[in-house]
Amino acid sequence: MSLSLADAQIPVVDPGAADGVLSLLWLVIALPLAGAVVLLLGGALARGAMDRWGHWLGTATVAGSFALSLAAFFALLGRDEADRQVGQSLWTWFEAGGLKVGMDLLYDPLNALFLLLITGVGTLIHVYSIGYMEHDPRRRRFFGYLNLFVAAMLVLVLSANFLGVFLGWEGVGLASYLLIGFWQHKPSAAAAAKKAFVINRVGDIGLSLAIALMFATFGSTDFSVISAASSEAGQGTLNAIGLLLLLGACGKSAQVPLQAWLLDAMEGPTPVSALIHAATMVTAGVYLVVRSNFIFELAPAAQTATVVVATVTLLWGAVLGCAKDDIKKALAGSTMSQIGYMMLAAGLGVAGYAFAIFHLLTHGFFKANMFLGAGSVMHGMDDDVDMRHYGGLRKYMPVTFLTFAMGYLAIIGFPLFSGFWSKDKIIETALAENLLVGLCALLGAGITGFYMTRLMLMTFFGEKRWEPGVHPHESPKVMTVPLVVLAALSVLGGVLLLGDWIVEFLAPVTGVAEHHEPPLPALVITTIVVAVVALGVAAAWFLVGRKEVPRTAPTEVSPVVRAARADLYGDQLNDVLVVRPGTSLARGLTTMDRVGVDGVVEGGAAALGGLSTVGRRLQNGFVRSYALSVVGGVLLVVLALLAVNLA
Amino acid sequence: MSLTPYIVLSAILFTIGAVGVLTRRNALVVFMCVELMLNACNLALVTFAKQHGNLDGQVAAFFVMVVAAAEVVVGLAIIMTIFRTRRSASVDDASLLKY
Repeated sequence: MSLSLADAQIPVVDPGAADGVLSLLWLVIALPLAGAVVLLLGGALARGAMDRWGHWLGTATVAGSFALSLAAFFALLGRDEADRQVGQSLWTWFEAGGLKVGMDLLYDPLNALFLLLITGVGTLIHVYSIGYMEHDPRRRRFFGYLNLFVAAMLVLVLSANFLGVFLGWEGVGLASYLLIGFWQHKPSAAAAAKKAFVINRVGDIGLSLAIALMFATFGSTDFSVISAASSEAGQGTLNAIGLLLLLGACGKSAQVPLQAWLLDAMEGPTPVSALIHAATMVTAGVYLVVRSNFIFELAPAAQTATVVVATVTLLWGAVLGCAKDDIKKALAGSTMSQIGYMMLAAGLGVAGYAFAIFHLLTHGFFKANMFLGAGSVMHGMDDDVDMRHYGGLRKYMPVTFLTFAMGYLAIIGFPLFSGFWSKDKIIETALAENLLVGLCALLGAGITGFYMTRLMLMTFFGEKRWEPGVHPHESPKVMTVPLVVLAALSVLGGVLLLGDWIVEFLAPVTGVAEHHEPPLPALVITTIVVAVVALGVAAAWFLVGRKEVPRTAPTEVSPVVRAARADLYGDQLNDVLVVRPGTSLARGLTTMDRVGVDGVVEGGAAALGGLSTVGRRLQNGFVRSYALSVVGGVLLVVLALLAVNLA
Repeated sequence: MSLTPYIVLSAILFTIGAVGVLTRRNALVVFMCVELMLNACNLALVTFAKQHGNLDGQVAAFFVMVVAAAEVVVGLAIIMTIFRTRRSASVDDASLLKY
């Protein structure tokens, strides 16, 4: 990356006072939080009423947050462009010596968009869950966890300092753990939840170390303080903070090398996969990088690392998506890959931040749409997730098919659909910054076209390959209406780019980029991207659509396919590099403790005991032998005295 | 006059007492031998008092006598009790208090 310090023009975070509807910002968080508390704790008091009304309460709180977010958004639009940063101090969180950390909120164009995405998509997914979880006896608890997640995610994006971000960061991690393992009677779900939690801990170490380093360097973690002072800090410190933040982002956003948990996380209920593991939580890493732009802009090594990680991940996820037969895992691979695109854009600096957020929003729409569509398909197929057991579903589930198709066209970047605009912009920017990275992104777009077409063909087209006794049917209205809304957003999401609106809207946060001329005219690049995607789609048609899809996965396949089916040996890599050395280390320490420490302590005691066994024979009970030892002792003393005196 | 014979006698008496304690089994005899050693000490103390021409040694001898008297009272009582319970005054028989 050739970003010099000179062309980094990062605006300082300097929020004004909140007024009007913006002073109700805290309520956006408080509503779902109250919902979570009532749903999780109130069940003990009024179980019957909670089970009957709990899901409506959970949905209403998030819908209320959405209404507030919308009002706040329009209030923000009504302000002057220079005046679009609003702060609100709730209370002092803690104070120790020179350190003072406040419970402060920040509202600016960046988190305004996040608020709309989280609460908007969140509301739709809550509505969908009412239908999806209808027959689950623990539905109340499910909605409690979902509300908890939304509240934590809102804390994450609304906090005005990194410690508040960390609070939300851990909160969403907890909610993610609880929801992946929601069906904890399945050992696979419990294991997946644990895996997600542990791998996320690795990333969290990065984030917490970064925060510690910020305290040490700037004496504060407030965005306003750090953004004002970051240009005076040393290059090495900034690079270290940047790399540590990147580690945190890798954990939460499932980027290589901390990617292994995301595919397993699909064990959770499908609405969870849609909300947490596609639309919102996994994009928190992208938010973190964009929010910390005042650090990344001045840390070229961290930026380069971000680009490398993102490029590897976008290809890695795409390859996984090609090989999976589990519809949710294929979509999860695609999520990884798309987040790779966002990270790539975020790593490219000022030129890319706005496009990272743009792609994040459109991806939030179309991926939530497709996950919910996949859930609808599973609903009709008796919770079967194997695409080899689907086929020909378009006639039986027309609404699901049509809405899924909108998401499909959006993700592959079909012209004029939302994904077309956002992905095209990222590839264009990448090509302008670095040819190799740009070509990788282009290749990723082609693979996206391939695996999504494969998924589409295997699910909705071709012959019926259903399990006996399965009668697919369209899902109820409460599930299809959110699908329709999300499908509409997937199609129309591109309007955000009209007249570069999103770029200008975000400029107070992300700064204004100097225009880099791409190596080719934009129209030519767009044509190439569309051509490459078409190539991928054609390849999928050629390899999957033309032929009968076997009901069981063919075993005689090339090594590439075998590697992709095994998650590119991600688990094995973790096993060899971390788990096994860790286990050996723990075993070695145990042995050292048992042999070394215990040996010294217990050995000493045993030696003393043995000596005493011998020594106690002296206490033989015979008075005369005691007398003899007294006499002997006296004789010794006398001899000693004589020896001393005579010498 | 020379005081050496007193010291020699004291040493002889002490040795007899010590050997008696070590070799005899009867508790009463052992006890008498202890008394013999105490009195040998008294003799030596008095001799040295005479030699130095002061009364310190004689005072110490009185102390030893008082302690010996007290000791006899306790010791004989113990021996009596042991004899009553075990029908024996042998010190080797009373060897239960051991490892």
